[in-house]
Amino acid sequence: MTYRIGIDVGGTNTDAVILDEQFNVLAKTKRHTTADVSKGIYQSMKEVIEASGVPRQDIQYAMLGTTHCTNAIVERKRFNQVGIIRIGAPAAMAVKPMTGVPADLKQKLNQHVYLVEGGHEFDGREIVPFDEEAVYNAARKMKDEVDSVAVTSIFSPVSNAHEKRAAEIIQEVIGSIPVSLSSEIGSVGLLERENATILNASVVNVAEATAVGFMNALEEEGIDAKVFFGQNDGTLMSVDYAIKYPILTVACGPTNSLRGASYLSGKSDALVIDVGGTTTDIGVLIDSFPRESSLAVDIGEVRTNFRMPDLVSIGLGGGTVIRMKDDQTFAIGPESVGYRLPEKALVFGGDTLTATDVVVALGKADIGDPSKVQHLDKMLLTNIYASMIKMAEKAIDQMKTSADPVPVILVGGGSILFPDALEGASEVIKPENFGVANAIGAAIAQISGQVERIYSLNDWGRDKAIDHAKQIAIGEAVKAGADETTCQIVDIEDVPLAYLPGNATRIRVKAAGELAST
Amino acid sequence: MRYLGEREIEDIAVGASLLGTGGGGDPHIGKLMALQAIEEQGPVQLLEVDELPDDALIVPIGMMGAPTVLFEKAPGEHEATNAFSMMEDYLGEKVYATMPIEIGGVNSLLPVAVAARLGLPVVNVDGMGRAFPELQMVTFYLDGISASPLILADERGNTSVMNTVDNHWAERLARSATIQMGGSATVAQYPMHGKDVRRSGIAGSLGLAEDIGKAIREAKQNNQNPVDEVILRSGGIKLFEGKVTDISRRTVTGFARGTATIEGINADRSHTLKLHFQNEFLLAEKNDAPVCITPDLICTLDADTGTPITTEGLRYGVRCAVIGIPCHEKWRTNKGLETCGPGYFGYGMDYMPLETPAAKGDKTV
Repeated sequence: MTYRIGIDVGGTNTDAVILDEQFNVLAKTKRHTTADVSKGIYQSMKEVIEASGVPRQDIQYAMLGTTHCTNAIVERKRFNQVGIIRIGAPAAMAVKPMTGVPADLKQKLNQHVYLVEGGHEFDGREIVPFDEEAVYNAARKMKDEVDSVAVTSIFSPVSNAHEKRAAEIIQEVIGSIPVSLSSEIGSVGLLERENATILNASVVNVAEATAVGFMNALEEEGIDAKVFFGQNDGTLMSVDYAIKYPILTVACGPTNSLRGASYLSGKSDALVIDVGGTTTDIGVLIDSFPRESSLAVDIGEVRTNFRMPDLVSIGLGGGTVIRMKDDQTFAIGPESVGYRLPEKALVFGGDTLTATDVVVALGKADIGDPSKVQHLDKMLLTNIYASMIKMAEKAIDQMKTSADPVPVILVGGGSILFPDALEGASEVIKPENFGVANAIGAAIAQISGQVERIYSLNDWGRDKAIDHAKQIAIGEAVKAGADETTCQIVDIEDVPLAYLPGNATRIRVKAAGELAST
Repeated sequence: MRYLGEREIEDIAVGASLLGTGGGGDPHIGKLMALQAIEEQGPVQLLEVDELPDDALIVPIGMMGAPTVLFEKAPGEHEATNAFSMMEDYLGEKVYATMPIEIGGVNSLLPVAVAARLGLPVVNVDGMGRAFPELQMVTFYLDGISASPLILADERGNTSVMNTVDNHWAERLARSATIQMGGSATVAQYPMHGKDVRRSGIAGSLGLAEDIGKAIREAKQNNQNPVDEVILRSGGIKLFEGKVTDISRRTVTGFARGTATIEGINADRSHTLKLHFQNEFLLAEKNDAPVCITPDLICTLDADTGTPITTEGLRYGVRCAVIGIPCHEKWRTNKGLETCGPGYFGYGMDYMPLETPAAKGDKTV
């Protein structure tokens, strides 16, 4: 028997699970996320391994979903010294790199910028010939100044030839240095993709330190496991890839919850309500994967064109503070006692009325000491409880795609807040191990590959173009470590492009499969 | 006369997105170009139409082509300079000011960026009062003003002057050249004198976009309903509130066409609104009866935040408010309706002004 360990680092808690080959949960732990995030990871890992009692040498895979890189970006700390190369002049000079990015971040990252001639048109033609000499010159100037380079070329999602050549030149001049290529990171939309590439280049040191720390910790525990990182789309990437493209890990948390909920409930299409300590996130599962947002996503106030799970977040969690007033009115949140629930909530002997206290006082959950909330006005509590449910039901309605009721899966530590029936829900499922759905989501994740290209449907025909994209996506998944026989197409999107000839259409395909056995 | 700075540009971008009636391209890139230009060159002078000398040469500038290409291959630094100097050589006159050709979408702010870069004023006026997909769809055309000489410029330094027999030919030829230039090009067209701008333009449209953007921003700050505020500033009518439940798209002859179905919520519960679009929203039907028809404006906003929603941003589950805004009276003339009315876009119905009771869905059948 072989085993896998899954760890998810969230804002409030760090969760860890051990699963066997059939994905049965053998042990789970939940700890507060520590200021030193890595320390929390090691402690959770130690604890869960001991609790499971499985032989350490049989743990073969370790999956980590972490917020290290997100924190670095939000806090503007521990950045690399970044060099920025944009290939595309004379086009796009009207919007130089990092236009519209907050000044504090721009000041930190926008110190070594080189705009060189080159890039492509939407149909793959060169805009102007690529000025390789300019890249050589830039590399020579950057040699002792930077320790990470971001390269973005116009229409690199269509042709990445100039980006690849630039990377060769940089490494020829500077030697071994991380080079982030925009074609590996984002889709069409120059500034957003460039921003994401620059952010990526800025956190490669953080990512490497995290990965090395995690691998060392595993080694100290006597575990020789293959390490993977959870990425935004709910699939895994190898540790080598995660060190090169850490930006793809920044939104893995909510995704892991959704994927874990899908696995635990056996549902592939449902709404997922993830109740945390401070907020509740509602997302949608389609074919077992999160529905993605179509809007531009901000990371640390920087606009990127990442695809993130489409979520609504409401300010209601287990630790949400409830204020009662004398005139029988009340206010729910948005303040929360967060991870201090076990000391602050009334049922735990604290001094703050929280959402958790409300459900315990009404006899809808059995935690802490119910006698500590017996004195509260039942009528008022009933009204508060009704308002809490209304908040969730409104969000459910917002996320649904039709008027028909849909299955709702409740996960997360705070899911005791909600009842077994909700308006708009055909059924409410509270699966076993709901509290650690996110760590389970990390542990069971598949390996994916993705492609996004612009096809002229007049030349290709729609079916042929989509088939072509599918083959590339599956090839990418296999390259990343998926077992080809289990690969499935999990997402297809084709968007016709206005004002272009030949029925130009952007096709994006994602394939995912199980980890190939080693 | 007043100056446009960072705050005004942010507000115009939001208002222009609303007035884009679902199309016109996301003004975000135009906003960034304008912000970079004023950061480098300082604020831009905004002139009212009555401040223009009769014989001053005013040249609208904008982008032609695919917004998707524009967002990836943004303009360079010299297209507008090249286009204007060629225009000046050709006409033997100096450009006095520039202006937007359309207030809806990305073309609203490009002239502001160009004005900052070239040190020219921009005029508070446009030729649509909204967004439309073709270059003859401007009020100048209705008044017999020619799009020619029309100048296209790309980032490589190519420029092309076109003198066409009518504005439909200008549309056709310029569209082909734009594809060769990579699918997106800078276009200077409809050169006019001050007195023509006053006679034929839709005055005050940059200011209206700014007002709408400001209303949405302030409503958010003050916890007011942004939709009501927008209606108040724009003279619009609330058509519907609901949730997008279906959307179908296809591309026909280069235009993104489709239909969005919105199921009503709150007061519109158990009603259905269908929004038909061809780049822009052109027809809204409530329970299969038309309630707002092009050239009147159909705008969608996020029901909670008031953020304008484009046809590309429409997706399952989005909760939105749909409002109608009466178009400029020039569009309601025979020639106006021939140019941009329902017939031109292939909808088999007669135009009905938004304000008439039948169009409001009050009709009892």
